[in-house]
Amino acid sequence: MVRFLTRTRGHAAWDWTDWAAHLYLVLGVLVMFGPVLWLGMSSLKSESGIQAFPPTFLPYEQVSVDVEGRGKLKLYRVTAGEFAGRELGEVRRMGLQVQLVDPAAPATLIRVAVGDREPVMHLRAAWDNFTGLFSQFPFFRYLWNSVFITAVATVLTLLVNSMAAFALSKYRFAGRDPVFLLMLATLMIPPTIVLVPNYLIASQLGLTNSPWGVIWPAVATPTGVFLLRQYMLTLPDELIEAARMDNASEWRIYWRIVLPLSAPALAVLAIFSVMWRWNEFLWPMVVLSRSESFTLPLALNAFQGELTTQWNYLLAMTVVTLLPVTVIFAFLQKHITQGIASAGVK
Amino acid sequence: MGGLSLRNVTKSFGPTKVIHGVSFDIADGGFTVFVGPSGCGKSTLLRMICGLESVTTGDVAIDGVVVNDIPAARRGLAMVFQSYALYPHMTVYQNMAFGLENLGTSAAEIARRVGEAARMLKLEDYLQRKPTALSGGQRQRVAIGRAIVREPKIFLFDEPLSNLDAELRVGMRAELTALHRRLKTTMIYVTHDQVEAMTMADTIVVLRAGRVEQVGAPLDLYNNPANAFVAGFIGSPRMNLLPGTIASVAGGVVSVGLLGVGVFATEALAAGHEVGAEVTLGIRPEHITTTDDEGPGTLGGVIAGVEQLGGLSYVRLESPDMTVQIAGQTNLGFGAAARLRLPAAAIHVFDKSGAALARGDQA
Amino acid sequence: MKLLAALFAFLMNLPERPMRWAQGRLAGGRLGWVFVAPNLAVFAVFTFLPIAIDFHYALSGGTNLLPAERPFVGGENFATLLDCVDHFDPNTCRRDLFWHGVWNTMRFVGFQVGLMLGFSLLTAIVLNRKIIGRGFFRAMFFYPVLLSPVVVGLIWKWILQREGVLNAGMMGVGAAPVNWLLDANWAFFWSVFVSIWAHMGFYTLILLAGLQAIPAEINEAAAMDATPPWRHFRRITWPLMLPSVLVVLVLGLIRAVQMFDEIYVLTGGGPGTATTFIVQYIYKTGFADQVRQYGLAAAASLLLAGVLLVLTMIQLRGMRRG
Repeated sequence: MVRFLTRTRGHAAWDWTDWAAHLYLVLGVLVMFGPVLWLGMSSLKSESGIQAFPPTFLPYEQVSVDVEGRGKLKLYRVTAGEFAGRELGEVRRMGLQVQLVDPAAPATLIRVAVGDREPVMHLRAAWDNFTGLFSQFPFFRYLWNSVFITAVATVLTLLVNSMAAFALSKYRFAGRDPVFLLMLATLMIPPTIVLVPNYLIASQLGLTNSPWGVIWPAVATPTGVFLLRQYMLTLPDELIEAARMDNASEWRIYWRIVLPLSAPALAVLAIFSVMWRWNEFLWPMVVLSRSESFTLPLALNAFQGELTTQWNYLLAMTVVTLLPVTVIFAFLQKHITQGIASAGVK
Repeated sequence: MGGLSLRNVTKSFGPTKVIHGVSFDIADGGFTVFVGPSGCGKSTLLRMICGLESVTTGDVAIDGVVVNDIPAARRGLAMVFQSYALYPHMTVYQNMAFGLENLGTSAAEIARRVGEAARMLKLEDYLQRKPTALSGGQRQRVAIGRAIVREPKIFLFDEPLSNLDAELRVGMRAELTALHRRLKTTMIYVTHDQVEAMTMADTIVVLRAGRVEQVGAPLDLYNNPANAFVAGFIGSPRMNLLPGTIASVAGGVVSVGLLGVGVFATEALAAGHEVGAEVTLGIRPEHITTTDDEGPGTLGGVIAGVEQLGGLSYVRLESPDMTVQIAGQTNLGFGAAARLRLPAAAIHVFDKSGAALARGDQA
Repeated sequence: MKLLAALFAFLMNLPERPMRWAQGRLAGGRLGWVFVAPNLAVFAVFTFLPIAIDFHYALSGGTNLLPAERPFVGGENFATLLDCVDHFDPNTCRRDLFWHGVWNTMRFVGFQVGLMLGFSLLTAIVLNRKIIGRGFFRAMFFYPVLLSPVVVGLIWKWILQREGVLNAGMMGVGAAPVNWLLDANWAFFWSVFVSIWAHMGFYTLILLAGLQAIPAEINEAAAMDATPPWRHFRRITWPLMLPSVLVVLVLGLIRAVQMFDEIYVLTGGGPGTATTFIVQYIYKTGFADQVRQYGLAAAASLLLAGVLLVLTMIQLRGMRRG
């Protein structure tokens, strides 16, 4: 136990602490990622697959057959009795018996006890859970709202915060340091504290039920200003003076010199901003009350109350919501973790 | 069309005054070097001229027009920075074109000027590269090219060679001089290296602690330093400066006595200084000669060190502490006794405040 | 792509003229104010002004949203919130839901932060060892941090539902299925568990960074001194990573006190009031109830702000010392 705590990068052969560490991590992955995987698998199940209990891991679905004169029938395998081993379509259930029919000979009905037959399953991903989102719900609307808010808020966040960071890192003016401290102080005022008055302000500005109601309050972030300012401080002042000598206006210096050179910090902030806006819940819930202005998280929350029976759509919608973040993470994992570790924020 | 004059220019950062009333004129077309030890205010002065720092009091005038309130970009100057300050995200071409684009110059004109500058600086093959893909010397040339394309009235250089290695520095020195000869534009060059100042300048401005110590042509400064500071700063190895007193005044010319060493005749005029006044005797190492004579104007000492450079030799003495330059090689060795002559014509005398006593030939 | 770049360049060139004009008027660094202005304006409207309004709301009554039309009631809202026969028994309070929220939040914070710190520390120490596929493991532990709280809530709701996979597993090993989210104690347990699941990756990352900031030479020097492992941890590793542990502790506290989103989706605050926390009280009182009592919600916000302020002060002091 003791050695387990302190060993860092030994080169010796594996001892029990190495086994314990790896075991812990494998279990950890099971707990951390297993639920997400389970969600993904579940979202591919048909409605009946979802209701099956005990559930299967893979998306199985009962095979259907087209039977002449009787339409689509579910296929069962008879397990006992005279017809054991045959695969038959079920016509109807009558008390403790079912009427089955051989797809090859649709004229004759066969009666079997309910317990003597089991469904014939095959693997099939129910993609219609996803396509159904678009045809059966105003899902495209929610998706668009989320994308619009995320994209616009991120662009504005980068612009507004980098402008402030530029002034705070590259200008000397009376009141600069108080302004910076004031901005940092807003870190202490989480949105939950100002929920009620912000709702008043948003409604007075006519921002309720509008994507701008989510975008504007999010545009100025102390984290973003801090992150960008610290980065811009490392850019040599001589570059800016050179640009000044090159007859560049201050605005041009900002966007042609400082902005491109701050790309790494801007990228970190962009990732943060996308995550914040895409995932945001409480404030949008307060400011967006009409369903056509809902973002994906709001729509999810609304449906989980209404559609308890339609888990297949709810799960598909959940997957769509986590997909963009997952894809970004898969590609930018290193940058995200490094950015977060160095900034100490999320 | 690039004359510059400074009138009582001062600069304060908060309560700290860093430039104490500087005045001088720079003629159009000259190559002027500001030289001084670090912290003397030479870079600040340059930045005030180009407009990156404001002038606290006094006037900076370019071609007779006071430019105190004209922003840097509109003074018609171009600057080469110590770190080159090349825009790392732009290619060499874009670096040189940026300033012209800001002025709204037509694309064809930009291409022409950049092309010309690139040809002049042998950068044609590198125009599409980013600065990080260039060597130190090439970056230096890009920085110069960026200034050239602007066709400025005055070029300003802020210690541009200090980031280069010694060999490259010598080469670039010659290139800059050649460039000046070709462009015939006023150039102002800041350095702490007096060798650069001596080799490149028409006019040197020696600065110390925010004050101008002397302005003049390189050899003027060398031959007739106005004060002990300039005497010690210009020339390598340094001028020997020995504390003494005025031993006698004869015919208006002083003789300086060095305690325990001897009395030395000079050509410096007393000009009101009296016998017994504390002075400093200065003599350049190359003006001291070895001798067997024990008469007046000579001194003896023990050799504390010898540096043989092949073509030259430096002999260092203790008590009095001085360096002697001997042409060629020497067989003098550590611990040997040496006899030296200080020719009267080569001796500089500085009074207690450091100011040089005028010499007969100047009067 | 090229078109996009051109559009961007065009848009960014638009402010050039007004900015040049401003530059001409404003000497020295005063142009800096122009650059910070948009940011400050947003802060002023959505952070500073709301604080002032918060105080106004907290000191006024009625259900009107417009500040001008709210009667001044002094400390009545605070008095209402704090009015209890026995503060340890929320049922004796005038606003029993508020006090349920307070006590639930405190209980939650205690369990959640303590356990999360423990697991994050353990995971960071394990990840700091020579591990095969360390990047993969680190990413896996971090991944849930990125998920929307609503997604987190739904994932676990799906797992914990009566016919969910967990109950299937319980039956698989012969145990009786449990109504995880309808039992007060289990619902509270899962609230703690899910919030740890969703957030521990972030804290692990900070602790790991703290561990990796310890210079290898120090560990090697200790090894040369034949320091016993436990002593090594107690005397070298622990003191050196203490600053990051403090950061994690205070950040964790600040976040846990405000816990709402994922628990709200998971349990809706129930069963009963078992997982109703303070923020949910604020939300419910201000926005979800039939009669919206903004005064009470604002007063509760300010009380919460006081707690957060104290925590932040502790953090700043700790950071200065670190």
